[in-house]
Amino acid sequence: MNEKNHATLTSRFMEGVFDKNPILVQLLGTCPTLATTTSVENGIGMGVSAMAVLIMSNLLISLLRKFIPQQVRIASYIVIISGFVSALELLIKAYLPALDASLGLFIPLIVVNCIILARAEAYASKNGPVDSMLDGLFMGLGFTFALAVLGSVREILGAGTWYGIRVMWASYHPMLIFVMPAGAFLSLGCVIAAVNAIKNAAKNRKQRAGEGK
Amino acid sequence: MSEMFLIIISAILIENYIFVRFLGICPFLGLSEKPSTALGMGCAVTFVMTISSAATWLLYHLILVPFHLEYLKTIAFILVIASLVQLIEMFLRKSVPALYAALGIYLPLITTNCAILGSALLCIQNGYSLINSIIFGFGSAVGFTLAIVIFAGVRARVNFAEPPTCFKGVPIALITAGLIAMSFFGFQGIKLPL
Repeated sequence: MNEKNHATLTSRFMEGVFDKNPILVQLLGTCPTLATTTSVENGIGMGVSAMAVLIMSNLLISLLRKFIPQQVRIASYIVIISGFVSALELLIKAYLPALDASLGLFIPLIVVNCIILARAEAYASKNGPVDSMLDGLFMGLGFTFALAVLGSVREILGAGTWYGIRVMWASYHPMLIFVMPAGAFLSLGCVIAAVNAIKNAAKNRKQRAGEGK
Repeated sequence: MSEMFLIIISAILIENYIFVRFLGICPFLGLSEKPSTALGMGCAVTFVMTISSAATWLLYHLILVPFHLEYLKTIAFILVIASLVQLIEMFLRKSVPALYAALGIYLPLITTNCAILGSALLCIQNGYSLINSIIFGFGSAVGFTLAIVIFAGVRARVNFAEPPTCFKGVPIALITAGLIAMSFFGFQGIKLPL
């Protein structure tokens, strides 16, 4: 039993972070992705904030799933989510003012982040609280992972640094375009294309292995 | 008068919602397959955003500020926007059925469009007056419409191109958007005396 639990946890982790990654595969929540990944630090900050809201809202929605009437469920979910977002906004303002300054408008906008509502509707409204929290954790990790990857690409190419540490050679001239809005679209397009290429390669390998048998 | 003009120009071109502020990307990617669909969505957003800027401004300055409840603005705004969208939908169905049929499925989708909530929050953040908020909401929505229609037009042509397999679909669309964003970047050079 324990072993089986362990295996499903690993597979769900893989699902949230890779197979069903909210950004790279499902393309949910693209606004904060593009806007906050000017550096790794901002990307991770945004990812962790959204993950915190996602875990809490999934937990509460799952606990209340039998009491929320079917007709007004979306409105109730939005109220629950915006409650947590407001709390988070105040916490970030109080304890992490630097993060607040760089994410700005996008902290309150977590309310309308499609990932959170999508997980509430697709998962938390049908499953128990512990499962829902884990779902929030894994999906949140997937979101954070994608933001960190995109943030890394943009910070390394656009500023020559990674998490504020210089990684490119001294004569490297940063390509400012990657920190600017246009670069956000270009980098996300390229990262998704790379993910597609990896997926296609894996599929081909599996097919070839199948033929070999 | 000139201040209003500056707000409109800067909302449409310089601080374009899609290409500079990154608000409303989901409908931008999802509904830009055909220019006509894009225009429908753009009109629906313009309609709701103009009205919601006025409604959220009134709510904030007449209710939240007098009672010192500014910290509740996110919850209050999203509820107002959601009910406003419902109201507009009911009103249009009864009294302007032609417009209702034209906007169709786009109206309910607008509730979760971050551009609407973003616009309401930006008006408060920038400290606009009621009139300026309405103008800002309208201008931003026109900018959104402009961006989504241009993008749909370009995308219609990209569909005939043959990108590498892994770039098909969304990646090439994002790269196209990146190229359009670069052209919008040209407007950044204009410094308006706001």
